[in-house]
Amino acid sequence: MTDPIRAREQRTGWLLLIPALLVLLLVYAYPIGRSFWLSLYTQNLGTELQPVFSGFENYGRMAQDGRFWQSIFNTTVFTLSSLFFELVIGMGIALVLNQAFRGRSAVRTIAIIPWALPTALIATTWAWIFNAEFGVWNDILMRLNIIPQGQGINWLGEPTLAMMAVIAADVWKTTPFISILLLAGLQSIPGDLYEAHAIDGATAWQSFRQITLPLLMPQILIAALFRFAQAFGIFDLIQVMTGGGPAGATETVSIYVYATIMRYLDFGYGAALVVITFIVLIVAVALAAWLLSRTRSALRG
Amino acid sequence: MTTVHPPAHPPAHAEARPSRFSARTLWLTVAVVLVVLFSLAPILWQVLTSIKVNADIAAIPNVYFPRRFTLQHYIEIFNRRPFLNYMLNSFFVAFTSTLLCLALGTPAAYALARLRLPGERIVLASVLIVTLFPYILLFIGLLEIVRATGLANNYLALIIPYTAINIPLTILVMRSFFQQLPRDLEDSAKVDGYNTWQMLVRILLPLTTPALVTTGILAFIAAWNEFIFALTFITRESMKTIPVAVAQISGTAVFEIPYGALAAATVVGTLPLVILVLLFQRRIVQGLTAGAVKG
Repeated sequence: MTDPIRAREQRTGWLLLIPALLVLLLVYAYPIGRSFWLSLYTQNLGTELQPVFSGFENYGRMAQDGRFWQSIFNTTVFTLSSLFFELVIGMGIALVLNQAFRGRSAVRTIAIIPWALPTALIATTWAWIFNAEFGVWNDILMRLNIIPQGQGINWLGEPTLAMMAVIAADVWKTTPFISILLLAGLQSIPGDLYEAHAIDGATAWQSFRQITLPLLMPQILIAALFRFAQAFGIFDLIQVMTGGGPAGATETVSIYVYATIMRYLDFGYGAALVVITFIVLIVAVALAAWLLSRTRSALRG
Repeated sequence: MTTVHPPAHPPAHAEARPSRFSARTLWLTVAVVLVVLFSLAPILWQVLTSIKVNADIAAIPNVYFPRRFTLQHYIEIFNRRPFLNYMLNSFFVAFTSTLLCLALGTPAAYALARLRLPGERIVLASVLIVTLFPYILLFIGLLEIVRATGLANNYLALIIPYTAINIPLTILVMRSFFQQLPRDLEDSAKVDGYNTWQMLVRILLPLTTPALVTTGILAFIAAWNEFIFALTFITRESMKTIPVAVAQISGTAVFEIPYGALAAATVVGTLPLVILVLLFQRRIVQGLTAGAVKG
């Protein structure tokens, strides 16, 4: 194994790899490691911003912190609902875009646009759509006689409605990501599978259930994992649309961490919140990776 | 553009009986119209708002087909706010960080694709997991670094994190690209006496241009859209980027939000990205699927 050519190749390899790894260590590894460390200290206005070792006190405080549990609850509701609607709508769009029709390429392009736009800007667009006085959503509902004339709903002012509004905005913004991945998966399913199934007398719904869904499962899981992670860390959309309000009804973990650090200057506690978020994500990733490898081996077997 | 014609030959899984064609055409037309409406309606509403006069913006019931149009809101954002500045800031930061992440990520991708390093599986797995991390996880540590190094209100405070958040994507996309290249190319280059560096620069780099463009577009979009670092590390007005600048138009107005100006700002701030999508739709799709699925 002491082949000199091979040794030189490996040395070159590390030289090529190390600059990128250093940047990743600086921007990912250090801040996350630092949060673990800082979470064992109290560093806030009470300690005049000096770090004072306090063991697991921050985590004990978290268990008592109603606002923290509220933010976990909000994040869970937001993540699961938007994931559900994105998967259903994303699948629908992917199935449509997979059909043959004139202008398909143009429609595929249009269907990507929401994904590419800046979330912070899109948040202002949706806040305007859901505006209580002049919002177009209220106007549409009134014209359809779903709500009485002149009694516009204050979408962003009511806790449950505000949550629905931010979910709607997120679904619109990120469904294209899911439909892109699912469409790529659909295109790799051979057509003769459906043909043979149709000859056996299967309906379109049966083919979807018995061929499309199982074969698409890897793409569905990957898309769901990516979207889970992004939705769980959602910040910009909610910060701009509602700021976490009304009365904390849309405050997600990220918004709470940001407020803890930037408004209350409570660094130790903020770091503990980051650590918990990190652990939840890692558990979710491990779970998804396990599911993925199981589906993949089931497909091969 | 959305008119639907029966395909010349039906796709394999469509109903084979001709009598179903009209039904299929009908539902497909409806479905395509719905997809287009879903994707475009919110943007079109914003465009419409941006060219309406204030009286029409605040009209109840809403005005869908205005008779009066104005460019006042666009003039306002460029005259009363340093909007050109914001655009240039976003361009500069996004473009620089895109170049940097390509320069750092491409060699790393090659090493991971070809050079059989010990521990490369661990590196690759870490890179993959890192793409899932929301930026809030990095926020406290980066804030400390920015304060300790005095980088607040310095473009480097954005360029370095933006480079880093795009490196994993670069590695994943470029690695899958390098793996598709025939090995013979590199072998014959080595026979000709090139070392790994020379081979990379003279033989592979020209071949990788399409993949670099694909990755670069995705990186540029991510950097242009980033919000939380830009919000925190840059507080000087003249240095702000588009997402933060637009968000604060709605945030600072205490009495009445200038909806027209806000809509105009949104349109201007999203226009570069819409153009990118229109020009590079195929590449974006390729890059996204390569980045996500190959893992």
